[in-house]
Amino acid sequence: MARKKAAPATTGHGLALLREMVRIRRFEEKCAELYSAGKIRGFLHLYIGEEAVAVGVMQALTPEDAVVATYREHGHALARGVDAGAIMAEMYGKVEGCSRGRGGSMHLFDARRRFVGGNAIVGGGLPLAVGMALADRMRGLDRVTACFFGEGAVAEGEFHESMNLAALWNLPVLFCCENNLYAMGTALSRSESETDIALKAAGYEMPAWPVDGMDVLAVEEAATMAASAIRSGGGPHFLELRTYRFRPHSMFDPELYREKAEVEEWKQRDPIDAFAGRLRARGELDDATLAALEDEVAGEIASAVDFAEAGTWEPIEDLTRFVYSETSSP
Amino acid sequence: MTAPSVTTSTYREAIRAAIREALQRDERVFLMGEDVGRYGGCYAVSKGLLEEFGPERIRDTPLSESVFVGAGIGAALNGMRPIVEVMTVNFSLLALDQIVNNAATILHMSGGQFNVPLVIRMATGAGRQVAAQHSHSFEGLYAHIPGIKVVAPATIDDAHGMLWTALEDPDPVLIFEHAGLYNMEGELTPGLGPVDIEHAAVRRAGRDVTLIAYGGTLGKTLQAADELAKDRIEAEVIDLRSLRPLDTATILASVSRTHRAVVVDEGWRSVGLSAEVSARIVEGCFYELDAPVARVCTAEVPIPYAKHMEDAALPQPGSIAAAAREVVGSGG
Repeated sequence: MARKKAAPATTGHGLALLREMVRIRRFEEKCAELYSAGKIRGFLHLYIGEEAVAVGVMQALTPEDAVVATYREHGHALARGVDAGAIMAEMYGKVEGCSRGRGGSMHLFDARRRFVGGNAIVGGGLPLAVGMALADRMRGLDRVTACFFGEGAVAEGEFHESMNLAALWNLPVLFCCENNLYAMGTALSRSESETDIALKAAGYEMPAWPVDGMDVLAVEEAATMAASAIRSGGGPHFLELRTYRFRPHSMFDPELYREKAEVEEWKQRDPIDAFAGRLRARGELDDATLAALEDEVAGEIASAVDFAEAGTWEPIEDLTRFVYSETSSP
Repeated sequence: MTAPSVTTSTYREAIRAAIREALQRDERVFLMGEDVGRYGGCYAVSKGLLEEFGPERIRDTPLSESVFVGAGIGAALNGMRPIVEVMTVNFSLLALDQIVNNAATILHMSGGQFNVPLVIRMATGAGRQVAAQHSHSFEGLYAHIPGIKVVAPATIDDAHGMLWTALEDPDPVLIFEHAGLYNMEGELTPGLGPVDIEHAAVRRAGRDVTLIAYGGTLGKTLQAADELAKDRIEAEVIDLRSLRPLDTATILASVSRTHRAVVVDEGWRSVGLSAEVSARIVEGCFYELDAPVARVCTAEVPIPYAKHMEDAALPQPGSIAAAAREVVGSGG
């Protein structure tokens, strides 16, 4: 489905988008460094290269909307407004972390931001998002649930079950498929008989179209259009956000499955460089502004690391807390 | 003070009444599952509820166990109190990811931020000649998992009251309804309200041996106790009621009095619920035992269709009584 070219962002807004993407980039670079230093353990999946997707989609959401994300969700959490210090502390495993150090990199949660994880079973978040949206519908609330997942999830049964039910019941879900072409090391063309993902979603009778996931304005515009249609009772909408991860799948990935040339080619489309270039061309960004922006972001990340370093370990006596609720709900 | 009056009800009607009352009591409650609406429920539990409450609250779903269980979790996370009916435990395997990886983990994994007040009901068990794929007893498998609660109503009052309690619980509760019990008739205590779902109950007092059962095997075990009484063996019968948490204290108190125990489970013996109960007895009151703990479980085979073969595979009053006699040492 063809869509018109993205409208130019206003000056302030353009810089804000750039700043959000730079925050994610620098945060992820710091995570990689801290992983090598042994400060972060477990699985770590970096969002570098895909920043325009999270930042663009979040522009379409209100604080009352909800987000269900994947195990590569640092970018979603940051763009949603989850505190960078709380995210970093979570990765350190500290009790000040946004999930008290119980979840780590793959399970960031924040009730205040209506950020419902951090789901690390591929496809496992889709049914949750459908149910969140069902509750909003039944309660008469004008809210959207944005559900992020990778193109690898399209091979899961839960994807198809969720598409069908969301469409059948006309539920307010914004499905955001981050198509970075590889499910860990399995290329889309090696795992799907039909590689046009938007077409698959359209087969469930929901509006679905591909979006340039390296262009933050294109993502913002598509998400805004979709969210607005969902709020008007248009039922679920599906965006196939075409993007690329510049880093390995996780910290254990030797990247045997793709050519370096391919990675380099995609890096030429770096969403941050591309957008910064557009802002410069429009006279909205100069070296001094960019340097100031980078300084500001570096300060935020340094504070986040300080917060995580200064954090404390949850007492072992608390191990069994929250297996079940401590107070009955009303 | 007069004794509370009683009315007769089937197990099925008791559950239906409990669902109806929950729908009337709390607008957040709704029922969803395969054929719960127009069909009236595979076991006719929800018959008439669609007409009474409408399709928003009595939701027929596609045959998509994973998404409708997961949607129950999502709706519970977002302010509703769903009752999800999975037609049978056999099909719940298709939703295992949602139950194990989401319902059971989200509260702990989120550091206590998100609880999941969800009730999942499902029919369980064998004994109706529906063969291997429709005769599973996976209560023990679910009882293995921290983060969920697992109950198995074996009486009319529990069929009614446990649903009420489960809906008041802030965390996921799985209710296992043995398919062989739906037609069981008995007395339903009017105005019962929510019942305790954390404790086992002594259904018959006795001094010679403790028979521990739950759900679909409780009736068979009580029959076995009647048989044993003819031989002057007084069996105490415990109904576990809750499989997670397990009420170890009630089990140990009884076995400490009788000094002998037989665990009855329609699940398979190996690595199952009966093994857990046995282990707790051995851990908790080994020196009170006058005989090794015995178990009567389903034979370790896929459940066969032919009636005589299926009967032979399942715990029966005769095999329960025989195990008890052996433990008591009377030899029958």
